[in-house]
Amino acid sequence: MRAIKVLERVLAVIPIMFGVAIVVFLFMRLTPGDPVDIMMGGGGYVSEGEIENLRREFNLDKPLHVQLYIFLSHAIRGDLGNSYVKRAPVTELIAERLPATIELALGALIFGLVVATPIGIISAVKQYSALDRVSMAGAFLGISMPAFWLGILLMLIFSVRLRWLPVAGRIDYDAGLQTVTGLYVLDSILTGNKAALISSLRHLVLPSVSLGAAMAATVARILRSSMLEVLRQDYVMLARAKGLVEFLVVAKHALRNALIPTVTVVGLQVGVLLGGNMIVETVFGWPGLGRLVVQAIFARDFPLVQGAVMVYAFTFVTANLIVDVLYTYLNPKITL
Amino acid sequence: MMFSWKLEDQPVDTTPPLLLELRNLTTVFPTRRGLVRAVDGMSFMLREGEKLGIVGESGSGKTVTLLSILRLVPHPGEIVDGEALFLGEDLLHKPRTEMRKIRGKEIAMIFQDPLTTLNPVFPVGEQIRESLGIHNIVSSSNGWLSRLFDRRRIAAEQERVIQVMRDVGIPSPVERAKNYPHQFSGGMQQRVIIAIALSCEPHLLLADEPTTALDVTIQAQIMDLLNKINREHGTSVILVTHNLGVVAEFCDNIIVMYAGWMMEKGTVEEVIADPKHPYTQGLLRCLPRISEKREKIHPIPGLVPDLARLPPGCPFSPRCDQAMPECKEDRPFPLIELGEGRLVRCLLY
Repeated sequence: MRAIKVLERVLAVIPIMFGVAIVVFLFMRLTPGDPVDIMMGGGGYVSEGEIENLRREFNLDKPLHVQLYIFLSHAIRGDLGNSYVKRAPVTELIAERLPATIELALGALIFGLVVATPIGIISAVKQYSALDRVSMAGAFLGISMPAFWLGILLMLIFSVRLRWLPVAGRIDYDAGLQTVTGLYVLDSILTGNKAALISSLRHLVLPSVSLGAAMAATVARILRSSMLEVLRQDYVMLARAKGLVEFLVVAKHALRNALIPTVTVVGLQVGVLLGGNMIVETVFGWPGLGRLVVQAIFARDFPLVQGAVMVYAFTFVTANLIVDVLYTYLNPKITL
Repeated sequence: MMFSWKLEDQPVDTTPPLLLELRNLTTVFPTRRGLVRAVDGMSFMLREGEKLGIVGESGSGKTVTLLSILRLVPHPGEIVDGEALFLGEDLLHKPRTEMRKIRGKEIAMIFQDPLTTLNPVFPVGEQIRESLGIHNIVSSSNGWLSRLFDRRRIAAEQERVIQVMRDVGIPSPVERAKNYPHQFSGGMQQRVIIAIALSCEPHLLLADEPTTALDVTIQAQIMDLLNKINREHGTSVILVTHNLGVVAEFCDNIIVMYAGWMMEKGTVEEVIADPKHPYTQGLLRCLPRISEKREKIHPIPGLVPDLARLPPGCPFSPRCDQAMPECKEDRPFPLIELGEGRLVRCLLY
């Protein structure tokens, strides 16, 4: 029963992606600036004929609805066109960069959850204690601090001053890693390359912390307030009246209920982590999708931007779908 | 199966043994506006099989009395004085681990609102089973690891869960055990809570307004059930309520509380037929009676006092129609014994 409902929701992703494709196509055409003009550096020594040839090659000479038709009919077959600038298939370019972005997002997610979960729980259980006050002040700082500033600060302290961690990049060049999935940490484990594992983890730390700090702060605050709400409930008192040890009262009866609102926030944050890391990628020279997209936007590289936005939309929709399914496990009152 | 729940004739000369004795129990809550003495010098004795009612308005300290017995007074509340002797041992000075063994096993509690008392994310069967697991009720082996994988134990616990659910009158318990609380009606939820309380066969049941959130026909069924439990298992019950009618029909003895003070105590017959304290008299005047043709219900004038700013003297004196000047003086107000077990705290006597 649940499997069928999940399948229904998965199938519903298709029309959503179709809508996203149309919207992003039209919006790109609405932005001022012509890709060919930009490519030619604003005219000059390029002949009209050459410009016409380029326009024909990119199908930019055709009416808008024909361009849209070409884009959509190719997209259905998994062909998102060729990048104007890089002259390579968009799908290949994205596939090359996406693993780096996913790895960074996962690193940030794990950092965020590992930090936020104990802080959220303990500050609720020990409300108004010194630990609660310090961590909530820290959370406030984490939310307010721009990621690029935190990134530069961390880089200055840990890479430049203390020289503990590398400044930029994903892995040392001499690590000799064989890529399997494109997630370097995972690949190192799969190929049993210890040096590469250490190197890739060391590279991952600072970007993950910079990207995950805001998320950790948000999740810690949500978890704390949900725990405070739940700990006041009668069923927590009943759990104590049953003679249950306090640890289980908190970890079993209270936490299970407090997770319900928290999971929603985490799900939304995953979308933010995947889509909002252009700045962190730029600061740490992380070869991910974000930097590619920024370059593509400046070059009005329509196919590449379209493709990347569709990937972002897809991850966002998927994250929400996962949250919805998790929700039915956490909250018996909800069905899909 | 219905049980009549009229008072049965108690054997006169055989007094059952003492189960619980409170001595001068005092629980306070520090607030920004001052110290609230939620329970102030509460003393009473409860015998095995006895049904004691504690009556009073909201905020009179009834619930805090129950929570104090289990030492579950919510923060920042604190028990500052007194003793609670349960089978001769003082609960208030027991180590925490010892206290946990008593909670749910020897003394169980039923809460006011069934909807919020059951944990919404666990099936009810699991919530009943949890108590059995905590107190190791049907275990056949020792050591938590071996118990965790003990198939016989799991089956025995499951069987006990079904049996308790059947005892409290939940139809088709095998299927219902897998359901979540929101799939039950209010009356059935309260039965589940009673099943949780009964699962370990406690000596004492603390019932905190068990019928307040339920409609009248369901109230009668739940009171029937409590009566049946009391009669069949000899479980003592302390029933906290603001409903004098429920107490009159269910209990053997009554304590009337006001602003943390015990104002009056006696058997149900004595207190209902001949209330001594002006507050009890006022409470009884509020009850509509079918037998008398009365034009009006007479409410007690005024409001429940602010416990952080009690007037000096008797806390009821501002609302009392028989108050004397010395009632408002800062002086001791001793409990006067009018007969055996018949107590009143009032300067009129």
